[in-house]
Amino acid sequence: MPVQSESLTSQTTPPIETAIEARGLVRQFGTVKALDNVSVTIRKGEFFSLLGPSGCGKTTLLRIIAGLDMPDAGTLIISGTDAEEIPAHKRPVNTVFQSYALFPHMSVWENVAFGLRMKKVPAAQITERVERSMALVQISELKARRPGQLSGGQKQRVALARALVNEPAVLLLDEPLGALDLKLRKQLQVELHHLQRRLGITFIYVTHDQEEALVMSDRIAVMNAGKIEQLDNAEEIYERPNTRFVAQFLGSCNLIEGAVTSVNGKNFSIRSTLGSLRVVLPPATPDTAIARARLKIDGKVTVAIRPEKIRLAKKDELAFENCFAAKIDDLVYSGAETQYRLRAGEHILSSVALNAKAGDTHFAIGKNVLCYLPESSLVLLDD
Amino acid sequence: MIDPSPTLPRKPEVRFGQQLSRGGHWRRSALFSGPAVIWLALLLLVPLLIVTGISFLTRGEYGGIEWHFTFDSYKRLAGFGDLGFDALYPVILLRSLALGGATAALSLLAAAPLAFYIARVSDTMKNVALTLVVIPFWTNLLIRTYAWQIILSPESWVTQAVHGLGIGVAGEPLYPGTLAVLIGMVCDFLPFMVLPLYASVEKIDWSLAEAAADLGANRVQVFRHALLPQIIPGLVAGVILVFLPATGQFVIPDLLGGAKTAMLGNVIQQQFASSRDWPFGSAISFVALVLVMAGLWIYLRRGA
Repeated sequence: MPVQSESLTSQTTPPIETAIEARGLVRQFGTVKALDNVSVTIRKGEFFSLLGPSGCGKTTLLRIIAGLDMPDAGTLIISGTDAEEIPAHKRPVNTVFQSYALFPHMSVWENVAFGLRMKKVPAAQITERVERSMALVQISELKARRPGQLSGGQKQRVALARALVNEPAVLLLDEPLGALDLKLRKQLQVELHHLQRRLGITFIYVTHDQEEALVMSDRIAVMNAGKIEQLDNAEEIYERPNTRFVAQFLGSCNLIEGAVTSVNGKNFSIRSTLGSLRVVLPPATPDTAIARARLKIDGKVTVAIRPEKIRLAKKDELAFENCFAAKIDDLVYSGAETQYRLRAGEHILSSVALNAKAGDTHFAIGKNVLCYLPESSLVLLDD
Repeated sequence: MIDPSPTLPRKPEVRFGQQLSRGGHWRRSALFSGPAVIWLALLLLVPLLIVTGISFLTRGEYGGIEWHFTFDSYKRLAGFGDLGFDALYPVILLRSLALGGATAALSLLAAAPLAFYIARVSDTMKNVALTLVVIPFWTNLLIRTYAWQIILSPESWVTQAVHGLGIGVAGEPLYPGTLAVLIGMVCDFLPFMVLPLYASVEKIDWSLAEAAADLGANRVQVFRHALLPQIIPGLVAGVILVFLPATGQFVIPDLLGGAKTAMLGNVIQQQFASSRDWPFGSAISFVALVLVMAGLWIYLRRGA
């Protein structure tokens, strides 16, 4: 895949081919299963994120793809070839390490040139490709510096250039922005996103930052305890979490437990401590099979709703189904929005309302309000 | 895009929670470094200057010195004595440097794998291994050297096994001989190589090795480009710690080499003892010192 800007811009919609295919990967460290039968297919040219808390196995999966670790069982196919036989230094993948791992005794230029030198690329070509790669991430003026003389953000760019110069089929990024401050992180998120679009290289991005994953990714695999809990695009992952873990790991979520009272073709109803609630049926996909199997009369189910989906009204202003009375326990005003803690009987719910109009009248602490949970915003979880 | 990094104002110097004035700083420095400075000045620097001075004087008829300035000792050392050219002393000098170099090289070969091994075992095993490395220090050098005489003697089973395997120079016994000297030297100096090397290996950032492999470096290239540069400080320290004393070592070559070949150390010792030629002994010491210092200077400059 040549890194030439003319040919790059035309590659906005790459044909869907498989870059990486993992089948039943298992990796065990002592008694801990870092990867527990993980199967995933990563498409060519997509920005794919592995999202999860520390210890969920996301870095282990990345290291196995890079060839820096070996699975105990399972198959890994990179660009159509079984990777088991390919040692790390011959794989068509490059990594941006969390610690950057820049060679401290080499200049920025030498760091970037390292991979090409190892592959015995002709010197003239090395010069050209190194210059181009450094220009791509805007570090051309730093070429004579040593890593010790760089700031965190600059090191991150050097690490990126050092990997990209090799024109890998897949670029692996292990929490590359983790050590940077918030402002720089946000800026680099956007840059990384654009860079990936321009180059059309498959990016596999490991992060524990849910917002980072949502902002940048084409698809996100949410991992927990060595397993992929849900794999989908950002919107689906956020709006339709399948499991309790995904619902709570990405943003905050209110969980409501209840028993099924009726099911029809479009929706179902549950009886909960908040009263009767009507919920739309989840789409019939393999991912929702476990959840849908729970929909039997009197079956125990959990439904989730995001705080911003809960609508508040002054008492008696609206009253139809999925409504119930609540009392405002606490509120936090943060400019653009206001967060409320609502108490409805035993239940504590959190809700966020956008302050869309200047001088919006807010609900005060201790006031009674009416809560409305739209049926299409309630999501059935599989546990 | 360069992130701006503001330059912080210099903080006032604070030591032990106290802000020191210029004079206070001086007094405290003198208190802490004074004893060592005085010790070194009186017992190293002054004697060294005396030795250098003596090397330019004339030998007394019955030993001692006469106050007569001359370069005779240096001429003799270079091989131009009263009886025409004789390469005896330059050869001894080169032989000593070669022995020091060989000892350093062999120690390095033995110590490097060991240092990597120790750095990778569990913490408990590390302590055990490091203790084992320094155990030889608990025994006197002479006793260890005599022990080698017995181990390498023609009757010992080690010698018989070695000969049985057909190793070694035919017709030459293991002891006394060059091989015995090298074995003794390496055993004596190995800890001085292992300890600094280990200290470097322990601190290796292994993620650099992973990065190198990720960028296409094979095993040899990973070592050459990612690991070796990290252990250079320990390597330099080890080579210096072994090479310097090994060059001047004379007990081991004497006892295991069969006293057949003179080393720098032997010759110096002879001049001050049996030959009673202090100026010549001083000249040899001075030249040896200058050579070693020059070598070190070049070595360190290249390393930097």
